[in-house]
Amino acid sequence: MSDAAASSFLRLTYREACKQALRQALIEDPRVFLMGEDIGRYGGCYAVTKGMLEEFGEARIRDTPLAESAIVGAGIGAAIVGMRPIVEVMTCNFSLLALDQIVNNAATIPHMSGGQFAVPLVIRMATGGGRRVAAQHSHSLEGWFAHIPGLRILTPATIEDARFMLLGALRDPNPVLIFEHVMLYNVEENLDPGVCAVDIDHAKIRRAGRDVSLIAYGGGLPKALAAASLLNKEGIEAEVLDLRVLRPLDTAAILETVSRTRRCVIVDEGWRSGSISAEIGMRIAEGAFFELDAPLRRVCGREVPMPYAAHLEDACLPQPEGIAAAARELVAPS
Amino acid sequence: MIDYRMPALGADMEAGTLVEWLIHPGDKVKSGSIIAVVETQKGAIEIEVFAEGTIAEIVVPVGQRVPVGSVLARIDDGGSSPPVSAAQPEIATPIAQTAEATGKRFAPLVPPPLTVGATGTRPKVTPVARRRAAALGFDLLHVTGSGVEGSIRLADVERGAQRRAEPTRHVAGYDAAAMRAAITAAMSRSKREIPHYYLSETIELGRALAWLEASNAARAPQDRLLPAALLLKASALAVRKTPRLNGVFLDGEFKPGDGVHIGWAVSLRGGGLIAPAIREADKKSLSEIMSALRDIVERARKGGLRSSELGSATITVTSLGDRGAEAVAAIIHPPQVAIIGFGRIVTRPWVVEDKIEARPVVAATLAGDHRVTDGHIGGLLLANIRDLLQEPDNL
Amino acid sequence: MNQDEIKALLFELIGDIAPEADPSSLSQEEDMRTALDLDSMDFNNLIIAIHERTGRNIPEADYNKLFTLKGALAYLSTASGEIKS
Repeated sequence: MSDAAASSFLRLTYREACKQALRQALIEDPRVFLMGEDIGRYGGCYAVTKGMLEEFGEARIRDTPLAESAIVGAGIGAAIVGMRPIVEVMTCNFSLLALDQIVNNAATIPHMSGGQFAVPLVIRMATGGGRRVAAQHSHSLEGWFAHIPGLRILTPATIEDARFMLLGALRDPNPVLIFEHVMLYNVEENLDPGVCAVDIDHAKIRRAGRDVSLIAYGGGLPKALAAASLLNKEGIEAEVLDLRVLRPLDTAAILETVSRTRRCVIVDEGWRSGSISAEIGMRIAEGAFFELDAPLRRVCGREVPMPYAAHLEDACLPQPEGIAAAARELVAPS
Repeated sequence: MIDYRMPALGADMEAGTLVEWLIHPGDKVKSGSIIAVVETQKGAIEIEVFAEGTIAEIVVPVGQRVPVGSVLARIDDGGSSPPVSAAQPEIATPIAQTAEATGKRFAPLVPPPLTVGATGTRPKVTPVARRRAAALGFDLLHVTGSGVEGSIRLADVERGAQRRAEPTRHVAGYDAAAMRAAITAAMSRSKREIPHYYLSETIELGRALAWLEASNAARAPQDRLLPAALLLKASALAVRKTPRLNGVFLDGEFKPGDGVHIGWAVSLRGGGLIAPAIREADKKSLSEIMSALRDIVERARKGGLRSSELGSATITVTSLGDRGAEAVAAIIHPPQVAIIGFGRIVTRPWVVEDKIEARPVVAATLAGDHRVTDGHIGGLLLANIRDLLQEPDNL
Repeated sequence: MNQDEIKALLFELIGDIAPEADPSSLSQEEDMRTALDLDSMDFNNLIIAIHERTGRNIPEADYNKLFTLKGALAYLSTASGEIKS
């Protein structure tokens, strides 16, 4: 890279940012190793780990059988004895096969052992729909996992967060689940060379606004930003809050933005019933009820098993037009 | 809880428009506190409350015209007594039927009480709009909401409150037509219903005016007395001695006043007449009466008369002043039972010890309600006034 | 104060007492009480206002000197005490 380019922003894809994060972790800490299906020879289902087997070897980039429960269980065991495993569950859809390990072991062992055992385990999972892989392969379960005490749930939506949240997760002595939305891998952004770490505690305002708060995370963030652009053309200034962390939720940031704009649309790809959007809405009702100037609204995935046909799948997912319409109806009801 | 109702600010008043609230829910008030301004045919009048407590809710919003007797606000007096009227004890009963304002439920929380809309359904109000309305003392009744599902939202409250604040305090400017209509109603009624008798007495004022001149020479301009003060005080003292001329005729019988409250007729520049009361005039000193005269004349002309001053007079005195005619046969202001008149002080020939001298004299007249008194009582009153004016030191 | 200033002050004070009157229409010699329909209360208030504004205490005996504009200007511009403006 030329000097001029080096001093300017680094531009890379979300996929590349994930890979660089993993590389940095492997380089800096010998206790770190990767486990997952097709991560080594195949280079990763989403090509995140392409070339890393060659770089780091079989001991540290470990291809596993098709056995999520065993993979996660092994990761838990490795973490307990002092390693820093990064387990890849190909998508959150398959994490259901490891649910008992995640919920009943990883999340509880520190508590049940009275603190004798820590589980510094990081699990990376792809999540979300949009790739036309239909009902069993398009879930957004990060909200489900956010229900479980003992887990930290991260949803990096920007290249910067994809690049640096992993390192923060590795420093957490407790299990951390990182959800990477499948539609973000190809997104390209500039990376600020001045940033070399991010927190894994707080939400961030990605776009300041005044008339309505769009609260989003993960794959929903670019859609919320697109909706804000649409609204801007109509003179409605939407504020976009990127949650970044679903557990623990940054309630203070949520209340702060809604208390200012007094209107809120929550964007959540998961099905609305019992979702993280329901939790966020309730926290707003609990903490900012008297600041509200309009009912709370959310744009969620349609409550159906994900269709296979492209146009049907698109209709089931939150879209910028739908988000903008919901916001518009709050600001300027027809 | 006390109901504060629209007072009758004149026997002929049927309705009034609430033009300004001077308090907000939560404010403490005591007896005599001025809490609102009401527009009547007699101009903008400040109305007082005669109870002690905390304003619980404002029932009638600014701009609304309501019949006399309508509940304007509720005051929490800390007692569990059934709602009583906290308006001044009225001598004049309203002609109109008492009409309740739209019923409202009082919610114990800080946000203002729920308003029941015309259809009986609760209007939707966003939490922050409700909060702001409470803080502004702004009534949500009749507000159109522009929010989701027709809800009243913050902008609606702020816009509405600003609009209602804009009608500025009604300070000056009587509506001449309304004033004329009020006078028409009152005077017509008087002529229709009250059998008047008339008496007159010419009163020599030499001693009184000499005393006045001497007294004024020693006073600074703002403390100087006008002859009107002497006439008023003499009238008040005389009226005290003939209580049957001091009060009102209501429901077929005479009700004596609880004190001598002289209604002083003030003519308004540009036409019109109003007679605010100087309460307990018989107990006031001449200086106090002079101050009261200056004060009510100013407020009658510029605005700021209070409800306790209208409708509480027990007898009226109309003094034509130095630019008026020599004598006046006045018309009683219902429901009072008498009216005293004074003409212009003129210099006339007067018999003093069988000789004729030029003396200042004034024609004092009395019109009395024959249902209540006869000429004899009226004559006593005029005689008392005459005698009192001969002893100005004692006024 | 000179004559013009006194006149301006008088017109201002009369304006307060009788807002709809037009003191500039007064001729020098006419009785302003008749012309502007000022009664004894109004005149009393004028005396008080002059006292408050100029410090000049006009005794009752001198009132009749101020009934005309000419008389008022003449009276108020004679120095029987400094006129504070």
